[in-house]
Amino acid sequence: MAMSRDEIFQKVQEVLVDALGADDDEVTADATLMGDLGAESIDFLDIVFRLEKAFGIKVPREELFPAEGLLNNPELVSNGKLTEKGLTELRENVPHTDLTDFEKDPDINKLADLFTVNAIVNYVDGKLNAA
Amino acid sequence: MRWIWIDKFVEFESGRRAVAVKNVSLAEEHLHDHFPGFPIMPECLMIEAMAQTAGILVGQARDFAEKVVLAKISKAVFFDFVRPGDSLRLEARMDMIADEAASTKGRITRDDELIAEVDLMFSHIDQNLAGKKFPEENFVFTGTFTSLLRDVVLEAAQSGESAAESGR
Repeated sequence: MAMSRDEIFQKVQEVLVDALGADDDEVTADATLMGDLGAESIDFLDIVFRLEKAFGIKVPREELFPAEGLLNNPELVSNGKLTEKGLTELRENVPHTDLTDFEKDPDINKLADLFTVNAIVNYVDGKLNAA
Repeated sequence: MRWIWIDKFVEFESGRRAVAVKNVSLAEEHLHDHFPGFPIMPECLMIEAMAQTAGILVGQARDFAEKVVLAKISKAVFFDFVRPGDSLRLEARMDMIADEAASTKGRITRDDELIAEVDLMFSHIDQNLAGKKFPEENFVFTGTFTSLLRDVVLEAAQSGESAAESGR
């Protein structure tokens, strides 16, 4: 199924409006899910469910939101920051996310800011067009 | 589940849908205060009734191995007051179920009139919350609720038998 980025963005926007009770105009490409849209942990699962339905794809949760797995591993996190190894894992896990800023100061509290609306659009784009 | 707020299940299709009944009685003390002279069932308790109906549907789908906890009220819309003497029919349908969570869609009706639509999400908490540990025993599904399911399961088994007999 070929879909343009605009079409994907529109559907992702609908998903987030429904899942988070956000307004259309709040769900911009750069909006962060937790910071700007107020998502909590259960909302990520809700979003995964809704994406699967909206796009007819299978979304392994750790693929889209891999942070939780990383945070529990002491090899990957030290003093509240991702280690070099942690960063390498994160890069592998989230090829659809831009990590340039995060790498300068890999504070795990800022991981939340990585989850932007755009990251989801990139992810879905990759899924649909790779298939 | 430490208190039961639904009266019985009348239909139960494992992993798909469950229908429960809740009869509203003026003997329920909260109705005396909500409100004096005008008793109506609080909407939050309609959500609770749906949470129990849907929660048991979700729990049974994994043989009660998971600790199922209400995590999100995705939607709750109410169309009419519910008064003492009313009999509510709560129908929960499984929307999605995964290792970590499940979502359900629910309708509450009185006779054939739509009273509320309540969509919920449940978390399988052992699979969530970043590796936090919970007690081993399943404190959600204790023995108290099993009698609720027993009737409907027995009935289903009996109607299965009688169907088999009449087939002979």
